[in-house]
Amino acid sequence: MSSTFTTSAARNIFYGGAVFSFLLFLALTYQTERVLPERDQRAQLDNPQVVAGKRIWEVNNCIGCHSLLGEGAYFAPELGNVYKRRGPDFIKAWMQAQPTGAPGRRQMPQFNLSEKELDDLVAFLKYASEINTAKWPPNIEG
Amino acid sequence: MKYTSQAVAKPYFIAAMGLFVAQVLFGLIMGLQYVIGDFLFPHIPFNVARMVHTNALIVWLLMGFMGSAYYLVPEEAETELHSPKLALILFWVFLIAAALTVIGYLAVPYATLARITGNDLLPTMGREFLEQPTITKIGIVIVALGFLYNISMTFLKGKKTAITSVLLLGLWGLAIFFLFSFYNPHNLVRDKFYWWWVVHLWVEGVWELILGALLAFVLIKVTGVDREVIEKWLYVIVTLALVTGMIGTGHHYFWIGAPEFWHWWGSIFSALEPVPFFAMTLFAFNMVNRRRREHPNRAATLWALGTGVMAFLGAGVWGFMHTLAPVNYYTHGTQITAAHGHMAFYGAYVMVVITMISYAMPLMRGRAANSNKAQVVEMWGFWLMTVSMVFITLFLTAAGILQVWLQRVSETPMSFMATQDQIALFYWMREVSGVIFLIGLVVYLISFFVKGEEQAA
Repeated sequence: MSSTFTTSAARNIFYGGAVFSFLLFLALTYQTERVLPERDQRAQLDNPQVVAGKRIWEVNNCIGCHSLLGEGAYFAPELGNVYKRRGPDFIKAWMQAQPTGAPGRRQMPQFNLSEKELDDLVAFLKYASEINTAKWPPNIEG
Repeated sequence: MKYTSQAVAKPYFIAAMGLFVAQVLFGLIMGLQYVIGDFLFPHIPFNVARMVHTNALIVWLLMGFMGSAYYLVPEEAETELHSPKLALILFWVFLIAAALTVIGYLAVPYATLARITGNDLLPTMGREFLEQPTITKIGIVIVALGFLYNISMTFLKGKKTAITSVLLLGLWGLAIFFLFSFYNPHNLVRDKFYWWWVVHLWVEGVWELILGALLAFVLIKVTGVDREVIEKWLYVIVTLALVTGMIGTGHHYFWIGAPEFWHWWGSIFSALEPVPFFAMTLFAFNMVNRRRREHPNRAATLWALGTGVMAFLGAGVWGFMHTLAPVNYYTHGTQITAAHGHMAFYGAYVMVVITMISYAMPLMRGRAANSNKAQVVEMWGFWLMTVSMVFITLFLTAAGILQVWLQRVSETPMSFMATQDQIALFYWMREVSGVIFLIGLVVYLISFFVKGEEQAA
């Protein structure tokens, strides 16, 4: 690199660029927080079932096999829209029937959730399915 | 090795390699479960294997970064490390915490682990890559603070170089953004939004500063090119990395409920993320071409060049492939993501840590470089691992393209599981490549024990 471009100039561009980018990122975050209430279904969080359902989702590490809004593992189906794809009764019956034990097939553990816990989880998945995700996924299969 | 305290890096590097082996073994278990679904079920369900696979990676890379910093900072600052004793104590704390966490993953159901570790008091568990019990996370923060104290005191009392400044900024950023792992709002969209402040701002943000600094350090050492030139390159690369990567976070905000202006910001800025990686490749090759000495450690030079190329391919090209919102609409959450993740982590972070180990380990063992025989074995390890990772990535990419086609693009979309059956062949080929990767890793580790004629340091 030419001698007119000094190390201290490079350093200043670095610190300036880093600070500027971070401030821009914070500004976009601020704007995000302003828009989110229209998209994130936060009114549903007043329902204690949804909050409890999220905890059940977390402490059973569902994200270790499934994806939720496309994030997570890719070993098992997307669940962000499973409420719409399968409906509440199917979800509960499915979880109670695991593992299938079919030889050679991927197995889902039995989590021994109570009836109430299953209902909470379904409430959480219903909430997730109603978040405005800019029309993702492309179709109901996730 | 100029300062005796640099030697505290050694246990960090050894433990890192141990965890690397564990990571790859659990990766192979998962790869097999992709095609033989009930393999090891119910003893090691997929989600458990995955936690071990990803968490072992994160921990060993952190070990590698810490070891590298303990080695690098005293040499650059031209002074002994502030407290070698603290560094060793923290090493054991970190290693034991990591081991207990892995035992916890394997020994009890995750929900039980959450209960006995008091997750209810401060729920942070059950989110991808941040599965560690809250107490483990607190342990990580304590280790990181002790580490940063030690490194910063060393930095402050010694000479300050561009390399140490960038490295310290990266390491502090790493610790600060990790604090967002304790923030877990009920609101799923906000949970996901700030989760990326750990995950993205690590790997496509502050970790790139660490990567750049480590690479610059090794290049100065093995090429003898003027520090002035290398430091200028370093600043340019890390500027490009932060300017593109920070707003590039937006490429994760397309489909999780965040506002749609991110489609533009995320697409445009993240499309530029390959630029710093390309600059890094040019940098590495340029410096090696302009070298002023023939360093006896040719293996370290190979790893440094490999880092540039593979980081560009894995993080740059494979990232770009699915980063534009209209493309990502179809590829989001498919094997394309997995393909990119594998080559990016290997090419950028695994390889830079091994570059550092390759350069520093012989010096810590009292020689300028390993014997020619040992280096040849090490280079076999390099090629076996690197080429098999390329194939892992290609097979996962093929699987991903088919998956997108069958499940997302088709007029009559197949279900997730029906699609998985269709692409099983590629999963088998990925698994075979994975076995070769493991062989490469074993060959690499054997190179540490190969004797031969060595030049004293």
